[in-house]
Amino acid sequence: MNEKKEALRIEILKYIEKHSRVALDELAVLLGVEETDVANEMAEMEKEKIICGYHTLIDWDRAGVEMVTALIEVRVTPQRDQGFDRIAERIYNYPEVYSVYLISGSYDLLVTIEGKTLKEVSRFVSEKLSPIDEVLSTATHFILKKYKDHGTIMVPKKGLERMLVTP
Amino acid sequence: MRNPLSQKIIDIQPSGIRKFFDIVNEMDDAISLGVGEPDFDTPWRIREEGIFSLERGRTYYTSNAGLQELRNEICKYLERTIHVTYNPKTETLVTVGGSEAIDIGLRCMLDPGDEVLIPQPSYVSYLPCTVMADGVPVVVPLQDRNEFKLTVEDLEKYTTPKTKVLIMPFPNNPTGAIMTKEDLEPVAEFVKEHDLYVISDEIYSELSYKGKHVSIASLPGMRERTIVINGFSKGFAMTGWRLGYCCGPHCIIEQMTKLHQFAIMCAPTNSQYAAVEGLRNCEDEVEKMRKAYDQRRRFLMHEFKKIGLECFEPFGAFYVFPSIKEFGMTSEEFATKLLEEEKVAVVPGTAFGDCGEGFIRISYAYSLEDLKEAFGRVERFIQRLREEKNGGADATDGGESHA
Repeated sequence: MNEKKEALRIEILKYIEKHSRVALDELAVLLGVEETDVANEMAEMEKEKIICGYHTLIDWDRAGVEMVTALIEVRVTPQRDQGFDRIAERIYNYPEVYSVYLISGSYDLLVTIEGKTLKEVSRFVSEKLSPIDEVLSTATHFILKKYKDHGTIMVPKKGLERMLVTP
Repeated sequence: MRNPLSQKIIDIQPSGIRKFFDIVNEMDDAISLGVGEPDFDTPWRIREEGIFSLERGRTYYTSNAGLQELRNEICKYLERTIHVTYNPKTETLVTVGGSEAIDIGLRCMLDPGDEVLIPQPSYVSYLPCTVMADGVPVVVPLQDRNEFKLTVEDLEKYTTPKTKVLIMPFPNNPTGAIMTKEDLEPVAEFVKEHDLYVISDEIYSELSYKGKHVSIASLPGMRERTIVINGFSKGFAMTGWRLGYCCGPHCIIEQMTKLHQFAIMCAPTNSQYAAVEGLRNCEDEVEKMRKAYDQRRRFLMHEFKKIGLECFEPFGAFYVFPSIKEFGMTSEEFATKLLEEEKVAVVPGTAFGDCGEGFIRISYAYSLEDLKEAFGRVERFIQRLREEKNGGADATDGGESHA
């Protein structure tokens, strides 16, 4: 891949990471390139799974929807030949599981789970996660308040206090 | 009772922006494109360092010239950005914003009657500061056809044997014009030939969108004739911290430090500590802001093209300076009408000198969302003006009814 193409790709990714709904023609203007170039690169990057999806960051709390999120530290026994991958797969295939990360440090996997109630999440841990043979232990942390998520500060910010006209 | 005021001060005209500011302030629902400061908050690292310095009880004066630690960082910064080396002990002064440096720089260099070349349109303080320093301001009108760059041709017309100082206000507020190395070279030759000094106000140097900013001080033989003024307000989004600096030949900086000592003592201490962090660790943040401005700049240029509003493409600061000559009104009339009818505030070009007539300054220190909303209104306004100007000839196909 030539340097220019790569630079354009990075510019596109940086922008849409925060503004996924931007129109192609507008993005082309902002980056100072042709719309067809933007469209081609984005299509290619979708195909290459560089762009994995376009999601919306929602404050469910504000929407009045009950939602419980828990971070679960999981210690596991890695398996011969497959390391952590197969265990991770057994966990991430559950639709309740929001994310699974392999972590360095005192435990192995960090699993995020979303459920409607505390009970629902607890049941998932005790009935599905803990019984997996390779799982040695779990520690569940419920999220009480999201201050910042996906790089976005969730507490509303007060308006600008700049003067309206300055030299 | 005697008049308490000095005639010299009375004679100085108040800034044209102030007048406009008062009108805007009376409207509560106006949206503004008139601001000359970043919309970004100061990067958190810098703010946090400012808080920390207060917690640590660093609430005392610093040395007059500024914290040595900060002056060291400033010199390293100038070395890596404009490739000019200054002695952080003897050739660097930390000031209260770039504005103070402009003021005391002129005071230190001018004797009564010395002439100062002030290219306009430009920032509002060069002229009054020259007058306060007993100098004679000589306005050099920049030309739209030259994209508001300064040329030797302009200089030749206004230079006299009394000319001592040339102000170099680039990247420029309000036009957004920049001077490339090629543009600067003949100017530098002219300066040397006529034995002039330069005050180079480079406060917008971080906000250049076509290659890196080039300082006139970096050209051969110019370092010893130039005071470079810069600061943290624009690039680092630190306007309210009031922190700037200047670097130049020891003999000038020494005298400026003396004035600074008597008038100011020192720049705010916690701002200075915060700025050290800014220079050490905030390059990425500054670049991120620069990119955002660049995107907005492209957006505005695109919108201008779409509606056929004449504007050269500016590559610096965060302003565009479109021509409104086609509408047959003055800048102030245009800005006032736009404010009254669409509640959008822009600054008339004449606030930056008479030769700004026929232009308006639009700031893009606003989020893209705000710019879209504001520019939608500007577009509607312009279309209406054009229809009116065509004598209602096409009023019938306008489709708008005023019942």
